[in-house]
Amino acid sequence: MISEMALALLAFGAILAFARLMRGPTLPDRVIAIDLIGVLIVCVLVVVASGRGGAVFLDVAIFIALISFVGTVAYARYVERER
Amino acid sequence: MVEWISGGLTMVGATLALLAGVGVLRMPDVFTRMQASTKASTLGLGCLLAGLAIQHPEVSFVIRALSIGAFMMLTTAVSAHVIARAAALSGAPLWSGTRTDERPRADSRPEA
Repeated sequence: MISEMALALLAFGAILAFARLMRGPTLPDRVIAIDLIGVLIVCVLVVVASGRGGAVFLDVAIFIALISFVGTVAYARYVERER
Repeated sequence: MVEWISGGLTMVGATLALLAGVGVLRMPDVFTRMQASTKASTLGLGCLLAGLAIQHPEVSFVIRALSIGAFMMLTTAVSAHVIARAAALSGAPLWSGTRTDERPRADSRPEA
């Protein structure tokens, strides 16, 4: 019950971040939105691992956090190169 | 008792993550959005991980929760700094209520 409510809140937050991703006037806005969506995916995996009890979800969360960090840094380098 | 504490931490963490989404959508310029997103989501993820570790006090869960928390606290700060630097160097528009702008002027900005 708790984990379903938490998942609903996280999904709503992801929808808001996606709205910023669609709207975002500049490229850094979109990079921030993508970064936040990655963190929210990690949060969802943590909640699922807490609700169902499976440590495998946490391995996936570590992996997605790593990929999201590398992607954000690469996007930022691209924005900096672009100007 | 353990159920209540971990459930409360989970709800607080999810609410903070939702607030990060609200801040990203509603804040007026790039830098305030970055601020809202990184701070609120890091605290929210920390609360979720604390709830997880309290609900499953086993080695395999606690070790992974600690490593996710440490990794996110390190990398979120770094990625926020990198995005803010890129936005400042590319001359992102500031909110109209901004008091001080310490970025170098456009004519004296060094070419990189």
